[in-house]
Amino acid sequence: MSSSGEAYRAARAENRPALVGYLPVGHPSVDDSLEAMKALTDGTQGVGVDLVEIGLPYSDPMMDGTVIQHATTTALSRGVHTRDALRAAEAVASTGTHCVVMTYWNLIEHYGVDAFARDFAAAGGSGLITPDLTPDEAEQWFEASDAHGLDRIFLVAPSSTPQRLAKTVHACRGWVYATSVMGVTGARNQTSTAAPELVARVKQVDPDLPVGVGLGVSNGDQAAEIGAFADGVIVGSALVRTLVEADESGEGAAAGIARMRTIVDDLAAGVRRARTPQGAR
Amino acid sequence: MPDATGHFDQFGGRFVPEALQAALDQLEQTFRTAMTDPAFDAELDDLRRNYAGRPSPLTEAHRFAEYCHGARVFLKREDLNHTGSHKINNVLGQALLARRMGKHRLIAETGAGQHGVATATVAAMLGMACRVYMGKVDTDRQALNVARMQLLGAEVVAVEAGSKTLKDAMNEAMRDWVTNVADTHYLIGTASGPHPFPMMVKQFQSVISAESKRQIVADTGALPDAICACVGGGSNAIGSFAEYIDEPEVRLFGFEAGGEGIATGRHAASINGGSVGVLHGTRTFILQDEDGQTIESHSISAGLDYPGVGPEHSWLAATGRASYLPINDDEAMEALRILTRTEGIMPAIESAHAVAGAMKISEKLTGRNGEPPVIIITISGRGDKDVDTALKWFGLDGSVDATTGGMK
Repeated sequence: MSSSGEAYRAARAENRPALVGYLPVGHPSVDDSLEAMKALTDGTQGVGVDLVEIGLPYSDPMMDGTVIQHATTTALSRGVHTRDALRAAEAVASTGTHCVVMTYWNLIEHYGVDAFARDFAAAGGSGLITPDLTPDEAEQWFEASDAHGLDRIFLVAPSSTPQRLAKTVHACRGWVYATSVMGVTGARNQTSTAAPELVARVKQVDPDLPVGVGLGVSNGDQAAEIGAFADGVIVGSALVRTLVEADESGEGAAAGIARMRTIVDDLAAGVRRARTPQGAR
Repeated sequence: MPDATGHFDQFGGRFVPEALQAALDQLEQTFRTAMTDPAFDAELDDLRRNYAGRPSPLTEAHRFAEYCHGARVFLKREDLNHTGSHKINNVLGQALLARRMGKHRLIAETGAGQHGVATATVAAMLGMACRVYMGKVDTDRQALNVARMQLLGAEVVAVEAGSKTLKDAMNEAMRDWVTNVADTHYLIGTASGPHPFPMMVKQFQSVISAESKRQIVADTGALPDAICACVGGGSNAIGSFAEYIDEPEVRLFGFEAGGEGIATGRHAASINGGSVGVLHGTRTFILQDEDGQTIESHSISAGLDYPGVGPEHSWLAATGRASYLPINDDEAMEALRILTRTEGIMPAIESAHAVAGAMKISEKLTGRNGEPPVIIITISGRGDKDVDTALKWFGLDGSVDATTGGMK
């Protein structure tokens, strides 16, 4: 059975955190976004992310900061569709790297929860990250993810009560997404002090479930810092920004993807020194 | 209804990030406790009377009734409230809850500015910080309301994301709330959004029907035959219906903004022209494309220009307890003209949809025991804010009809 948890297990076997990279499908175009996702998996040196997070653009992205909003609004205006996420899954799967889709719930409900699970699993996808769907409303998703062997990655937050945190962790399969700060996506200068505590709280509930930490990580040093205590480091806006800037300046997608590869190199090196003596700087 | 987790059968619920769940639980708990606390009730009642000017009158519209096929027509005068609309009912209640939770900052979304002004008003009264999010398109066309909010001490932030309208202002307010939830209350202006907002806003707006029920029985000796209210998100309508939902002989009519006509695709009629989906934290009827992306709504009335509707309205529509009909821009503007000319009451364009609706449904409405039917129309707000739109619509230019007293 395909599982995004395998990406975490493989990284753990190397005594390092996994690196998870987010890009929205359809920006700057569907074809270019597939190229960018493949580039995520190998940087400039053949070493890239361990898991690709495919973003599905949505008209009302309440958890996203300005960079990702900008990219997804552009993608929608250029005609991206839900079915393009299936193409993206096939493209990523062809590289041998696992992928998950990050999506607001209405798009999945509209496609049909079981139908999407079936088609996404067939395309080689591993699971869904659901920012606006918590276990409370997820009955259909439990059934569909069980039926099609997909991972359920729910979010936990610093504000989660102990009861809700336990319930959410038990409902996850594969790994859990820990939002390191109270806020939306976007690069930040400083990483959060709430993150280590949140990871520790998850570990108390389930020591075996991998914890990916996201929101605010933009460079290798931050990745090393987060990776010292988390099982995975999730990076989005810093990668998306290169593609947005290249698109807006008219340089073209190839230039943006080339710059993105060097950021991937920095992040991949960061997670590889996270637990070494020199550690995070 | 709703059930313990905020569902009206398949509608409603709570589709928001985990980061907000604890705040929504706290809000629900605070609300439920307040509802059983006589001190809360006493303070809210005092503010309603001595600050907002309640109870609002129930005015019989004798001359306008000539346009309603022999019915007796009563107007529930929410237009006479402080700040000019029913919005004050909800903000007073929620602001008191925010204070009970120890939160000293209010944020709100607004389209035309009515809810933003109401929120800025209570923030000033209670000495709270206030920030209002408004789509860039709306700040450009509602500069007067932007200035009103600023005079009240609120900070107004224009939202340039997405379609730059009310729905995007709501997204931005939600992002602010996720970031600042520890000290901030998001004061949602309509009977939609994640549980417990639909239930709570209904409770605070139900003062409309609690009063009208007493008033109509005093005036006519019986319950009315029909209630008419306009529906955008649906807060004045759910408040106007609330006390009659369990009175099966009272028919409930909600009027959605049909814009240029549902067939044109340029409308804001989520129930009549939309489908079931999840938007802004709740499952309800919404306007969406074949992928589930939200479609922009269109209405001459900024207050009804929203691509969703409160989940309880979806449920009342699905069960058949209430009927929802579209009223197009031209019908609403004609009703605005007629009510203004016959009664000297200029309704907000939102409320004019309910006026037009009453003219329509009265044709087939029958009274009880051979009496003429009795209709209550909620005039949710006054039309002062809409004079600009009316000038353009009716082709007026502000020039006089004649000049006198000059010496040639």
